[in-house]
Amino acid sequence: MHSLGGRAQSTTRTRTPGEIVAAATPTSQVGRRIVDRTFLGVCIAFTALAVLLLVILLVSIWQDGHARLSWQFLSAFASRKTEEAGVRAPLWGSIWVCVICAVAALPIGVGTAIYLEEFSKRSRFRSFIQLNIANLAGVPSIVYGILGLTAFARAFGTANSEDPITFGQPESFFYLQLPFGNGVLAGGLTLMLVVLPIVIVSSQEALRTVPGSLRTAALALGATQWQTTWNITLPASIPMIMTGGILAMSRAIGEAAPILVLGVPLFIRSTPSNLMSDFTVLPLQIYNWSMRQQSGFHELAAAGIIVLLAVLLTLNALAVIIRHRLQRANG
Amino acid sequence: MPNVAEISTAASRAAAANRRGTARSRAARIGTERVIRGSLFACALLSIVTTFTILVILLVQSASFFAMPQVSAWEFFTGTTWAPLLGEEKHFGIWPLIAGTLLVTSIAAAFALPVGLLVAIYLSEYAPSRVRSILKPILEVLAGIPTVVYGFFALAVITPFLHEHVSESFGTFNALGAGLAVGIMILPIVASLSEDSLRAVPRSLRDAAFAMGGTRFDVSTKVVVPAALSGIVASWLLAITRAIGETMIVALAAGGLASMTFNPAHEVQTMTAYMVQIFTGDAPAYGIEYKSSFAVATILFVITLALTVVGNLFLRAFREEYE
Repeated sequence: MHSLGGRAQSTTRTRTPGEIVAAATPTSQVGRRIVDRTFLGVCIAFTALAVLLLVILLVSIWQDGHARLSWQFLSAFASRKTEEAGVRAPLWGSIWVCVICAVAALPIGVGTAIYLEEFSKRSRFRSFIQLNIANLAGVPSIVYGILGLTAFARAFGTANSEDPITFGQPESFFYLQLPFGNGVLAGGLTLMLVVLPIVIVSSQEALRTVPGSLRTAALALGATQWQTTWNITLPASIPMIMTGGILAMSRAIGEAAPILVLGVPLFIRSTPSNLMSDFTVLPLQIYNWSMRQQSGFHELAAAGIIVLLAVLLTLNALAVIIRHRLQRANG
Repeated sequence: MPNVAEISTAASRAAAANRRGTARSRAARIGTERVIRGSLFACALLSIVTTFTILVILLVQSASFFAMPQVSAWEFFTGTTWAPLLGEEKHFGIWPLIAGTLLVTSIAAAFALPVGLLVAIYLSEYAPSRVRSILKPILEVLAGIPTVVYGFFALAVITPFLHEHVSESFGTFNALGAGLAVGIMILPIVASLSEDSLRAVPRSLRDAAFAMGGTRFDVSTKVVVPAALSGIVASWLLAITRAIGETMIVALAAGGLASMTFNPAHEVQTMTAYMVQIFTGDAPAYGIEYKSSFAVATILFVITLALTVVGNLFLRAFREEYE
């Protein structure tokens, strides 16, 4: 240390490792050993704390809610009487919204990723879009709710929300109206906006793992850029894209804030029948039950959480299986 | 690296695709290519349209809020009373909401930033690979839990615990319970992003420090952490952004009373919780309370955007250094 003391030490990185180690506070070997072991102990303790918190979280929810789990809980609608209440409407609402979200977000997200990775040159415009996507990922989901409310549910106020333009019969599966109002379509599209940055970034990472030599080989045979992408790059990266997509969908299923801003009704006693149907989702139902002080609702909320976590677990298992299958098929 | 066989498979696949491709003529092929390029470009453009639309909606609605006679911009930006619903005289001073958000976020950060970094150091520098392969999925599970679940956890477990074991003064709704739940929520973000940047530090730096006789503690804290610092700071900033924008936990556990308090046992209202109150309540659409939530959303958007931009700058600085 002293022999090297004359050197500039303006930033940490200009110091050599030797200087840095020499600057360590305890000078004796034993002292440094003790510090090292103590630090390891602290690290392990806090890591164990994080694991412990997860265990407490899961166990306490299971204890509160498992007694309420039954077939009846899954098949009954919400009710003022806690013993009759169930999650049928929010469960189906979540499924509808998630499917709409996937159908909208996956093509657009993967398309954006393909454009950025395969088609656009390293231009200013590309880095602008890239920066923009990174910033969108940090926008709070409740702000997306405001966007969904204004753009999808109310169509920017261009059409009268009270008296929408309708297409088809309200009972039919193909019924549509403008503006969408707070139906499942508006909900699914709002969630699409929330997860789009996640889908784009994970698809970009997937495309980047495909070696450039494969593309060059295809291009050398006269394939166009799109033929190369469609026949070579996409098949090679599809397992990773699907995994990222499913993770994005599990994020969408857990979101409550954007749906809450859309102003969906509290009590729903029907499952969606078309894209304009009223709906609620599991996280929102859990929120409503948690907010109620009366006895019985807490147990309902906990049971709802168990159902929600089970749905998420299923989705994640699906992601693992798909990745496994496709990797084998490709290999 | 792909071997020759892989490349030739790819090549023959491309050739086959070319043969069965629908477009026979060169002109038709170029036409298809143009259409596809155009639609992909439209997809990419959607992200810019999204940002632009958010900005326009927030600015237009905030402008019409400030144009109302009961509202003064001066009071909004400097006032310390937020009473939009109660009584005859409404007050719109944003600071109680900002104070509530700051209090909850500080509690969450005080818990999650150091703990997350320690977990990251343990995972990257100390943990044997078997332990790591168990801990990483656990962190992923924590990261995948919906925030409403953490809100329920705060209400059903953390707050009763605080009430019984810490102080009687903790009511049903309090800032500490909500803050700790937000902290648990952002912990996996800090841990996994920091771990990524710690692992990206070149091995040669560690080897050099070990060769000088440093212990693992010396190497981690005096070489690896400083080298990964910009990545760690980025993970902190991005986690804080998530904490500020978090909605369901604070709506459930922090309460609904906007007050200028820094007492963690007190009920507070955050910016997001106020928006929830307005959008779930019976506030008439296009009324003054309703419009005020857009002004609050604008402030929230500006704060989170600024933090995200700075966070991404740190992340880029880090990537440029080692990749």
